[in-house]
Order: sequence, then C-alpha cells, then structure tokens
Amino acid sequence: MDVINAIVALLNFVIIPATAYGSQLALGALGVTLIYGILRFSNFAHGDTMAFGTMATILITWGLQSMGISFGVLPTALLALPFGIAITALLVLGTDKIVYGYYRRVKAKPIVLVMASIGVMFVLNGVVRLIIGPGDQRFADGERFIINARAFREWSGLEEGLAFKTTQGITIVTAAIVVAALFWFLNRTRTGKSMRAYSDNEDLALLSGINPERVVMITWIIVAALATIAGVLYGLDKSFKPFTYFQLLLPIFASAIVGGLGSPLGAIAGGFVIAFSEVFVTYAWKKVVTYLAPESLEPSGLLQLLGTDYKFAVSFAILVIVLLFRPTGLFKGKSV
Amino acid sequence: MSMNWRNISLFALVALLIIGTGMFQSWNLALAILNMGLVSAIMALGVNMQWGYAGLFNVGIMGFIALGGLGVVVTSMPPVSAAWSAAGRELVASLLLGLAVIILAVFSYKRMSPGKLRTLVLIGILVVGFFAYRAVFDPAVQKIEAINPAATGYLGGLGLPVLLAWPVGGALAAVAAWAIGKTALGLRSDYLAIATLGISEILVAMLKNEDWLARGVKNVNGLPRPVPYEISLQQRDSFVAWAQNWGADPVTASSIVVKLGYAGLFLVVLLILIAASEAALRSPWGRMMRAIRDNEVAAEAMGKDVTRRHLQVFVLGSAVVGLAGAMMTTLDGQLTPASYQPLRYTFLVWVMVIVGGSGNNWGAVLGGFVIWFFWVQVEPMGQALMGFITLGMEDGSALKAHLLDSAAHMRLLTMGLIMLLVLRFSPRGLIPEK
Repeated sequence: MDVINAIVALLNFVIIPATAYGSQLALGALGVTLIYGILRFSNFAHGDTMAFGTMATILITWGLQSMGISFGVLPTALLALPFGIAITALLVLGTDKIVYGYYRRVKAKPIVLVMASIGVMFVLNGVVRLIIGPGDQRFADGERFIINARAFREWSGLEEGLAFKTTQGITIVTAAIVVAALFWFLNRTRTGKSMRAYSDNEDLALLSGINPERVVMITWIIVAALATIAGVLYGLDKSFKPFTYFQLLLPIFASAIVGGLGSPLGAIAGGFVIAFSEVFVTYAWKKVVTYLAPESLEPSGLLQLLGTDYKFAVSFAILVIVLLFRPTGLFKGKSV
Repeated sequence: MSMNWRNISLFALVALLIIGTGMFQSWNLALAILNMGLVSAIMALGVNMQWGYAGLFNVGIMGFIALGGLGVVVTSMPPVSAAWSAAGRELVASLLLGLAVIILAVFSYKRMSPGKLRTLVLIGILVVGFFAYRAVFDPAVQKIEAINPAATGYLGGLGLPVLLAWPVGGALAAVAAWAIGKTALGLRSDYLAIATLGISEILVAMLKNEDWLARGVKNVNGLPRPVPYEISLQQRDSFVAWAQNWGADPVTASSIVVKLGYAGLFLVVLLILIAASEAALRSPWGRMMRAIRDNEVAAEAMGKDVTRRHLQVFVLGSAVVGLAGAMMTTLDGQLTPASYQPLRYTFLVWVMVIVGGSGNNWGAVLGGFVIWFFWVQVEPMGQALMGFITLGMEDGSALKAHLLDSAAHMRLLTMGLIMLLVLRFSPRGLIPEK
C-alpha cells in the first residue's frame, strides 16, 4: 500500500505539475525556435508577446463573462483564445512591419535584430502594464478539478489524495493537439514545407521561387498563436502577472537551446527536460521517501535539494551542461 | 574623443536639463538625478567595454550590480561576533568544502580520458560532494540565522571603511565574470546572452535567499557612508551659520551638501575610469580588441588569442559594472535584493549604451546621463500627459482612474520607443565611434 501511496504522491506533486509546466514551456520554446529558424534571431520579446496575448484573451474572457457566455465546465478563456490569437497576430505582424522588416531589408546582423527585440520587449512590457496593470489576474472559471483529492481518497481508500486540475488537463491536451497540428503543417502542407526549406537554406529557397515575405508572415502568425496559447495555458494553470511572463523568458530560452535552436522537436524535448528537472530538484521529497523507507530510516529534513527560488539555477545548470557537452543541443539545431 | 562642438553641446544640453530640473523642480531632485546619472554612466562604460570594444553581448548586468552591492555589505558592515563564534568556522569550512568539490570535479574531468568511467566519476564526485556540503552548510546557516534575526541574523562584514567596498564590489563581480566567461565565452554570442541572463537571475536569487550572507529580503540597512549624515551637519553650529549666511534653510542645505559630496566622489571615479578607458582604447591593446571585434577570424590568423582577450575584457567590464553597483548601494545606504529587476538594471543600461553610441566611451557616459534623466522625468511627464488626456472625462469614471494610475508604466514604453528610434534612425548612437 505504501508503494502505491508513494506513487500517487509522486504523480500528484511531481509528474502532473511537471507535465503541465513542460507543455507550457514546450509551446513557448516552439515559438522561440521557429523565429530563430526562419528569421534567424533570438527574440527577447517572446515572453512579453505571451503576456500580450494572454492579456488580450483575458480582456475578451471578461467581456464574454459579462455577457453571460460561458463554456460549461471548461474555462471561458478557451472560447476567447481564438480572438486573443488574432489580436496578437495583428500585433506581431505590426511589429514586423514597423521594426524587424527594415533590418531584414538592410540585411542587418542578427545581433541588431536582437537589440530591436529588446526595444520591442520594453514597449510591450509598457503596453501590457498600461492596459491591464502590473498585478495578478485570475481568469480561470468552470470546473476546477477533473479528479478531486478527497473524492480520490474516498474512492481508492488510499491515504494520499490525487488532484488533477482541469487546467492541467486542458494544458496537456491542448499542447498535444497544437504540437500535432504544427508538425502536420510543417511536414505535410506546401506552405509548411516552404518554411522548412527557407529555414534550411535561404538562398536555395529563394531560387526555387519561395516568397520570403509570405514565409515570414506565416511564421509570425504561427508564433503569435503559439505564444498566446502558451501564455493562456500558463495563466490558467497558475495566474497572470506581466513580470512572471517576462521571467519565463529564461526557462523558455533554456528549453529551446537545450533542444537545439531551430529544431521544433528539440524545443518540445527541451521544454520537458527543463520542467521535469526544475520540479524534481525543488520538490521536497520527504513525503515520498517516508512512504518507501522503513520507519527507522525516516528522513528528518524536507529532502529538498534546492529552494524553489533557485529554479532558475536548475534551467541554467542544465543549459550549461548541454552547451558544454553538446553545443548544438540534444537535437541538432542550427547556428547562425 | 575629438572634442568637437557637436559633442560638447550634447553634454551641455544634458547639463542644462539637470540645471533646469534644479531651477523648476528642486535642487535636491536635480542632484539626485546627477548622482544616479554618474553611477549609470559608469555602468554604461563597463557595458561599453564588453559590447563596444569586443562585441560581447552581456545580458547579466543586474547580477554584477547586485554583487557590487554585496561587496559593500561584506566590507563595511561591522562583523556580528556572536554569529561568527556560533558557526562562522563551520560555514567557512563548508564553503571551502564546496570549492574543493568543484575543483576536484574539474580536475578529474581534465585528467581522466573520455569515456563512461569519467562521466560516472564526475557525477559521483558532484553528488557526494553536494550532500557532504549541505550536511556541513545547513546546520551552520541555521545557527547563524538564529542569532537575533530581527536585527542581524547574518555574519556581518569586515567593518572596513566604505570607500574600500567599491573596489571590493568590483573584485567580486570580476571573480564571477571570470567563472562565467570561462564556461560561456567559447560559445556563440546568443548563448552568452542567455547564460549571463541566467546567472544574473541566480545571483539575485542567492542574495534574496542566503540570509546568512546579507540578510536576504530582510535587507541590510544603515550602511556606513563616506560623507557625513545630514542630521549631524544640521547639529553643527558652524554649518547652520554658514547655510544662513547663504540665505538657505539648513535642512535643505545639508541634504544638498551631502549629495554634492557623493557627486564629487562619483565624479572622481568616473573621470579616472574614462581617462583609463580612453587610454586603453587608443593603445595597441584597444586596436587589437577592435580588430578582434570586427573580424575574429582575421585576428585569430594574426595570432591573437581571441577567447583569452574576450575573457579579459569581459572580466574588466564586469568589474567596472560591479564597482558602479557598489557605489549605487553606498548612495542608497541599504542593500535591498528584492529591488533588483532585470528591466531596470540590465536592459536599461543597454538602452543607455545603444542610445549613447556603442564603442565610444563618451557616448556611453552621455547615454547614461540622458537615459537616466528621462527614466526619472518620464513619470511626471506621463502623469501630465494622462492628466491632459483625461481632462475631458468625467470625474470618477473607471477609465480615468485607470489611466491616471497607469501613468507610471509610461517609462518602459518610452524607453522602448527611444531605443527603437535610435536603432532605426541613428544606429551608431548620439556620439558614434570614430
């Protein structure tokens, strides 16, 4: 029985949260990696694009709620999501037209584009705070749990409860659908193939008549969708705060680099690697070990390897290890 | 710099802006802007060494600034003898143990031939070492933090004069930069960016959580000052008489004199640094750095050790940033780890360097002043703008209240716009590199 209790505790506090967090990171990292692959720069504004998309979705969610529209047991934010994506797509296309397009035309060095993205980051940061303020916003509604801890305890007779939040379920399912759709698009459609061709070899792609502007435009739209979905899922699961989204930049970049910049598959793997190691290292293992170890060996401390505030240290340590031993990432990424 | 009229007038314009602030708002505010402007200028100088001379993209400035602040605490605060006698020795022992583990790991990695055995040994050393370290470290920390946690709860500093803390802050930053550079500099430029971004977050997390070191989020207040306190000036009869002689209120006069004292100290540091960096830039070393920046392959073919030079300039630049961080903490009189935010400390300094003119020391200094001035002044301007926009709205409307509340966020927006405009229309900055 103790073994089952330990497994349930592990599921409850480590596996499920880490899977949800990993899905969010993977979606974020996919956006970063696509921009890197097609537009060839590291987009520092990505965290704030996520914040912007989430903000747009929240505002529309509030609008829908005030009109009395809801999505039953699911959060209303899912209904608002397509509108949020559309608004964010307009925004990123606008920034591309005003800011990045110029540097592409003059064939500026990638680092100049990175600088420009820092400028965009500042502007988006200001815009989001101007519109919705710097505080915490909760916008999840609908049924809170798929599996309730108490109901699970009563059903199974176990000591340990298992809670599976609706938002976690939605996160995992949505991420799976989005990733499947993205890979189908990249591998099976003509446009997706032209994007990959452009990413692999720009000159060759241009020679074979691929329209670069169209590729860039579609990339931005996909990135806007990915960023908004990732942001909304993260916000549903935890809460929305502009500064947290800015801080997500680090684990997202770490995921993209660990997987190999420019490789979509790598971004997903990287997201889960980073999320699982963050949760593993900052989780207090006392509970699980107490179930497994004989009574005489019961641990006295919390058995927490590092405090939760050091979760950045974990993404960073993995990043450094991967970079030192496999500079192009787990899945061979590209380097400009 | 060729002292041409354009550059002189740019600096004169900044001086005019600050003097205008003094005349129309208050001299206290003007001097406060001047002081932080001087500190910002030094930060921008440091970043300019890395980016302008060598093309290194460091996004971890906040971490080095915070380390400089830590330098002030460990140098100038009086030692907490109770904490030292309780567990000081054990704590030092645990830190040495941690260091030994890292050295042993690096040593075994370098000496053993590649293979599974090496990996296993490496992991073994690190895992065993980590738990051994924690076994000594944790109890020591608990003992130290238990001693009078409301007032101290940390080890304190060395009790040395606070001016010594500035080079110490620089040295701390230099050591950290050396460790980062050793691992990350051989890699590509955007990896360096992410690595420095990560390390700065970790450094600040460390300051927030390691209470034994600098009290964490409980802050260290009342740092010693290199200039007299306002209150002690006000109590001195000669000062009061002197102030009244000028026809000034002694309270205002004392705070202005104190701020002028800081400004004098900072100005000396800035002038020394700028003289040194101008000399360095003109020396063969400076030419070599620019040659490396402009064409690494060619420089390498000429026999220059690119990675080594990069490491050198990375450490130098970070030390200057650390020095500025120490100066800033001294000016504030307290170390507040929770106030270190990347937008304010890392990216704002970047805006200063870009706007001022990367590769040009005077440009970086000018950028430091200009951007800091706007950073401070955009808030009242935003307030005025919002007040104007909402003029027609009826009182008590939610939108009006919201707009007035969010005027504070105009800063970020403005900084972003300034940076984008400069990048687009004047990519070499206000004072371009020659």
